[in-house]
Amino acid sequence: MLRYTLKRLISLIISLAVASVVIFFVIEVAPGDPASFMLGMNAQPETLAALRAELGLDVPKFQRYLAWVGGMLTGDFGTSYTYRTPVIEMVSGRLWVSLPLALYALALSTALAFPAGIYAASRRGQAGDIGVMGATQLGVAVPNFWFAMMLVLIFAINLRWFAAGGFVGWDKGFWAGMHALTLPAIALALPQAAILARVMRSSLLDVLGEDFMRTARAKGLTARQALWRHGLRNALIPVLTIIGLQFSFLLAGSIIIEQVFYLPGLGRLVFQSISARDLIVVESVVMLLVFSVITVNFLVDLAYAAVDPRLRSRA
Amino acid sequence: MKRNLIIGGALSALFVLAALISFVWTPYDHTALDIPNKLKVPHAEHLLGTDHFGRDILSMIMVGARTSIAVALVAVGIGMGLGIPLGLWAAARQGSWVDELIMRGNDLVFAFPSLVIAILITAIFGAGAVNAIIAIGIFNIPVFARITRGAALSLWQREFILAARVAGKSATRISVEHILPNVTNLLIVQGTIQFSLGILAEAGLSYVGLGAQPPTPSWGRMLADAQTLVSIAPHMALMPGFAIILTVLGLNLMGDGLRDYLDPRLRVART
Repeated sequence: MLRYTLKRLISLIISLAVASVVIFFVIEVAPGDPASFMLGMNAQPETLAALRAELGLDVPKFQRYLAWVGGMLTGDFGTSYTYRTPVIEMVSGRLWVSLPLALYALALSTALAFPAGIYAASRRGQAGDIGVMGATQLGVAVPNFWFAMMLVLIFAINLRWFAAGGFVGWDKGFWAGMHALTLPAIALALPQAAILARVMRSSLLDVLGEDFMRTARAKGLTARQALWRHGLRNALIPVLTIIGLQFSFLLAGSIIIEQVFYLPGLGRLVFQSISARDLIVVESVVMLLVFSVITVNFLVDLAYAAVDPRLRSRA
Repeated sequence: MKRNLIIGGALSALFVLAALISFVWTPYDHTALDIPNKLKVPHAEHLLGTDHFGRDILSMIMVGARTSIAVALVAVGIGMGLGIPLGLWAAARQGSWVDELIMRGNDLVFAFPSLVIAILITAIFGAGAVNAIIAIGIFNIPVFARITRGAALSLWQREFILAARVAGKSATRISVEHILPNVTNLLIVQGTIQFSLGILAEAGLSYVGLGAQPPTPSWGRMLADAQTLVSIAPHMALMPGFAIILTVLGLNLMGDGLRDYLDPRLRVART
């Protein structure tokens, strides 16, 4: 297990390093100099040079890359070109909207998908199974931002149970914050729940055909007991992987959902920064997103190997 | 389960047909403004109603289908065109540094959700349909590479491949002549699924303004326009939404149906 962990850790570090190189150089080749963008067309050459020096744009690219990566490792993400505030402050403020939203959606999606998948698998081929599977087909096909608009129309505009958009802030209390995130979280969770329910069902059906399930029945367990004691635990392994993968979809999806609900999260920060050519902010937020995806997948791999010893040797 | 294939095929065909017909005929000019008739709910003259400029929503959806289908189709083409050869190559050199490099590269691309790729590309080149295609296409490459490699690996263990090697065929020829034809079914099914994901992604990108730019109509942008008017003209949001849902649903059903139809082993397992 230690050897496996080390191997995966090295590959994690390599992935992060390559990702940082890709992000930095892809954005650096972008046309449009931030300094000349900020000063406008009629800027004096001296002013431009002064601003470029102030922003640190006059040093060679490779040095800037090292400074950027070195800064991130020590928690210094640089200073925003337009707002002149440390990027870390801008990001951490937004993170407190995007991250709870993604986690809330993940919890909702799991809470919906598990019962639906288990129910469908236990009634394979019957009306209940066909009903659940039909619903998941529909759930996969619905764009989450459109679903979000429908939720706003029904629950915010017509029923007035929720605000149509905006975020009250966590200082108004935990429940007020959760209340504001409920509609966005439902919108994000529904398509993911549909996928997860399908995975849960097929994984459970695979397990139900195994010999040890027949043995469990043979030793006198009812179908229900065998399902809960032996089936579910074994079916969970592929389901866990999908949950890990979905985290990245939820983070990315929250970028779009934030637009529907006017939430001050990472997504809005990225779009504002792109239009202001505030590249250092774009770089840092994208790197943060990629970092969390790679790290979550790494943790899922480890959890996977901890549960299933067969996987350790394969790496 | 032939029902899936028929319903899915019919739904998909309906939208492809709508897109094709829109080249020669639409009920109204999709750009024609008709302010006195703005925000009309669906009625006999405008079957799906009109938007805030009085444009005919049915005509816009028909022309928008072109954008959706074109973007998704080319993106799947990019994914297949690069992903399949990479997957075949990795499988042919299983365990070598080539295999390792391709698979790690795949993992890396997977770490960038398609929307994040789109944001990066937009930050550099600006928004537009072509950049949306590239973003969705890049995301498709590892999907096809992985699925091709997985299927090809098990084929390389088979006797008929051994026979081909004994006959002196090169790894490249074996990959093209023997491996590829045997993974085609799998790739067609995955292609259908990626096509539907591409339509969803295109809608999402153009909704946030990263996709097709005006005046090119697209379903995502129609929804973005509808957002502020959703309380007074819900049909503006409902109609393009239904178009997306029905197309994606149709493609997914068709993919499921094709999988069952093309893989006889599954048919036996079902009964």
